[in-house]
Formats: sequence, C-alpha cells, structure tokens
Amino acid sequence: MSTIGPEDVAYVAQLARLALTEDEARAMARDLEQILGHVKSLDALDTEGVEPTAHGFELATPMRPDHPAEPIDPELAVSNAPAAQGTAFLVPKVLEEEG
Amino acid sequence: MGQAEDLLAKGLADQRAALDGGDVSASALVDASLARIEATASLSAVVSTRPDAARAEAEAAAQRIAEGGARSVLDGVPILLKDNIVQAGEPATCASRILENFVSPYDATVTEKLQAAGAIIVGRANMDEFAMGSSTENTIYGAAHNPWDPTKACGGSSGGSAAAVAAGLVPVALGSDTGGSIRQPAGCCGVVGLKPTYGRVSRWGLVAFASSLDQIGPFGRSVADCAATLEVIAGYDERDSTSVPEDVPKWTAALDGEVAGLTIGLPEEYFVEEGVDPGVLARVREAIGELESAGAKTVPVSLPHTEHAIATYYVIATAEASSNLARFDGVRYGRRADRPEDLQDLYMRSRSEGFGPEVKRRILLGTYVLSAGYYDAYYGKAQRVRTLIRRDFDRAFASCDLIVTPTMPETAFGLGEKSDDPLSMYLSDVYTTSVNLAGLPGLSMPCGLSNGMPVGLQLIGKPLDEATILRVGDAFERLTDHHSLRPPEGA
Repeated sequence: MSTIGPEDVAYVAQLARLALTEDEARAMARDLEQILGHVKSLDALDTEGVEPTAHGFELATPMRPDHPAEPIDPELAVSNAPAAQGTAFLVPKVLEEEG
Repeated sequence: MGQAEDLLAKGLADQRAALDGGDVSASALVDASLARIEATASLSAVVSTRPDAARAEAEAAAQRIAEGGARSVLDGVPILLKDNIVQAGEPATCASRILENFVSPYDATVTEKLQAAGAIIVGRANMDEFAMGSSTENTIYGAAHNPWDPTKACGGSSGGSAAAVAAGLVPVALGSDTGGSIRQPAGCCGVVGLKPTYGRVSRWGLVAFASSLDQIGPFGRSVADCAATLEVIAGYDERDSTSVPEDVPKWTAALDGEVAGLTIGLPEEYFVEEGVDPGVLARVREAIGELESAGAKTVPVSLPHTEHAIATYYVIATAEASSNLARFDGVRYGRRADRPEDLQDLYMRSRSEGFGPEVKRRILLGTYVLSAGYYDAYYGKAQRVRTLIRRDFDRAFASCDLIVTPTMPETAFGLGEKSDDPLSMYLSDVYTTSVNLAGLPGLSMPCGLSNGMPVGLQLIGKPLDEATILRVGDAFERLTDHHSLRPPEGA
C-alpha cells in the first residue's frame, strides 16, 4: 500500500465521476493518506481463514407471495427530473446522428 | 400558549393524559411546537416545517381524540423526521445541495407507520450531509447548535433531531444511526437515543448511506418514550429484504424497574483513562454503581478488537457509500449542471457542484478501497475484521445480559474544533461504531454532567434484545433524575 499522491486521487475521482481542482486533489491526497494510515493498523491482525461479514444480522433470503401491485405513476417518477420529456428522462446526446 | 408549551417539554404519558383528558388539544400542541421551532431558529435544529398540513392533521387528530378514538400513544403528538427520511410531497434534502429541490414522491415505511398512529410530522431535522459526520456541521443549513451551550456542536449526524428534543421543540424525533449517529448526538444533547438491532426497523424510504449498517431509531426524553415510539415504527417490511421477520414485542410492558439478577458486562477496552474526559468516566462509573446497588451484577468482559473498529468502519461505510451515492448523477433527480457538453460532463459537474467536501472525501475513500488492486487489502480485510468484532460481542454476551460503556470519550466538542481534521472527527465515534458493525441494539441515555455538559451512558444489547437495554435504562431513570435535567434557559 503505497503513498497516495494527487495523481492517485485524480484517478479515483475519475472513477467516482467527481471533478476536483488541483488544490482539492492535493488536500484530498493528504486526508486519504492520513485516514488510510490509520486503516493500515488492520494489517497487524491475522485474518487467515476468517469469513468476511457482509451484514450485521444473518438472515435467510426472505420469501413473499408474488402478487401484482401498482407501480409508481410514471409522471410522478419523473417529477423530480431536472430535464424530462413526457415520462422520459432527458440526457445529452450519446450517439452521433448518422449521415 | 403556556400550558401547551410546558407540555411539549414533558413525556408522552403526560401528553397522552392531557390530550385524552381534554386539557390541551392536538392543535394547540402542534401550534406550540411550530412556535417553539420558530423561536429557536438560531439553533438550526429544524430545516423545514409543514405548518398547514400539520395543522390540518392536528385538527383531525383533535376530533378523533375528542371522540375517544385516539389511535396510539403518539396520536396528536408533534414529531420531527431527520431530513434523510422521506415523506410524500415533502422535501428530503439530506442537508445536501444535490437534493436541494427534491420532493419525495413516496412515504418511508416509518412515515406511513407514524401517520397511521396519528403522529403529526411538523417538519424535518438538520443533519450532516448524507449522514456523514459527527457534529451536524457538514450541512447546507449551517451548523446546528447545542441547546446546552450554543458554542458547542450537537454531535451528529442526527444532531438536529437530538437538539430538537433537548430544547423541547418536540417530545420525540426520528434519526438514523450508521456508526453512532443517533447515540452520539443523544449523548451530546442529554436526551435518550435508541439504535435498534439492524433490520428491526424498515429502511424503506431512508436515503441510503451504508446499507449494511444504517438503522432508523427514535430520540426521546425518556427510555419509555423511545420504547413506545419503537413499538410504532418497528416490524418486518417486505419492501426491505433486510428487515427482520420477527414480531414486534410490547417493549413498554417490560419496563418493570427490575435489574436484580441481571449481569452487566464492562469491557475493559472502553474504560481506559487515556484520551477520555475524567468527568465522563466518573459519571459512567457512578451510573454502574447505582445499577449495582439496585441488584445488578457486573462482570469484566473483553472486546479486544475495539481499537480496530474505526478503521474497519471507515472502510466498509465509505465503500458502501461510494456505491449508494452513485445514483446522484443529475439525470433522474437532484441537481443538474448547466449546459453539459456531454453525458460525462453532466455527471462530473452535477456531482462536483452538488456534494460537499466530506461527502466527496468519503466517496473517494470508498472508491479507492474498492478499486482494482486494493479491494482485498482494504475492503476484504475490513469485512474479515468485522467478523472478529462480531465474535468479540458473541463471546462477551456468553457471560452477561448487556454491556454498559460511555457513549463517547468526551462531552460535546466546540463548533469548528474538529472540522479541519477528519480523522479526529472520525475517532469521536470510537465507542459506537462496533455496535453497528455487529448489528446490535444500542441505547444512549443521560447520566449526569461533566463541566456543565451532558454525559452519555451507552447500553448495548444482544441481537433483537432491545427489551433488556430498555428495561435497564428505564430502571436507571427510576433510580436517578439525570434524564429530567434540562438545558439552561436562554442558552
């Protein structure tokens, strides 16, 4: 686990779809370095053969009757959309028009 | 005024008696609550109200009650929701710019249950953005102030809910607890806060932070009020596949004041002197002494992985958060950047403009620990240590019925004191995060003051055994009067 630099932060920021200024990236690198330095203390623990825990409370998959129900009204579903047309969400064009 | 306002600062039993006896109407009580919220706006505890709807609901409640048909202990009682619990037709901003204009199209399960019980939701409480914080300072509404001393933080992330109950704006409020976000602010503000067993309360309609840890719970001025509120909001919900398919016990009926025969485990790792306010340790030891003199036994127990809880928590919680918060993309709801060049630009700028610095920090941390090459070293490791932390509790509970600790190592810290140092802020949750990692129920209640500020006593129960911690907490209130201490007037 290596030292975290602004270029590592820039890479992760791209994965997370966050745009950071250079100053922000530098500050984040410093914070992540400090926090992950603390996380490194976990390396001292022997976890060989220990099962991971994904949930605090182990449950069998619950089953329920498969009955039809009313879905959310499509107009209500798009009511919070910053840009919508009818009952569709609008986004910038992702495919160029042919010809 | 007068009578209704005085009544607001009392418990649910007093309100029920006054409402059912016709001394005060639900409308007067709701008006008094709305007036208190306005008069204490400088606390920044409440971020929005719904006065017209609340008054109309109060009138309907008043009529029911006058006809002798009160639906529940909460009928006609004003209540606040943390701003991350949705109600149809109302905002739910999570104290974030990215949800500034969001209006929920649906009700959370707890909202439905509260309304079916007749509770009057008067508004929404301040919080750290997306519940990420321990001080209610990371919020677009301005930091919430502690009613005991406005220069101090309320704790967080449910600081608004805690402050509102402490300052007598409402008798009961809901919050959410992912790593201590109900118990730590309850401790800071001198009120009772309960995090139920993971899965006890449906998370449907709670804006997700870390789905394997999040749990909704009540704040109140007494353990009995939290027990009564939990009875209303708990239960299996087919819309939350992680909710526990168990019946809801009648917790209030188990509050018999008896602690004789119970064994309290005292984990040595939680009673270290270093880094702990001596006043906090003294109050907690006095509280344990009270319970012993009432017939409880104490045994030393060990939770050896306690020192690793914060590291484990911040890997798991941020990993889950980075995934949960991917949904805020400027397309379906929330803030959208102006004039995006293309879809990537729309995502990048909408998110960067919408999220505050702490949320960005946690998304980056979570993305990092899940990224190729680091997944096993960080996330896989933390999930294994989570197993060790759970086993610690299993072992400890073999020799005791409940565990008692301080809620936090110090009393409420000053506003701004930790905001430049994320790690020191994270470490203030050192006594609460293990409980979430292990999925256990935990209660924080007031046990006196240190330098004029409330000290929190934490009671941790076995899975699904809220009954024991509620019974012991209620018994402690009968032995002492710490829970009736109120913030100084005019603070």
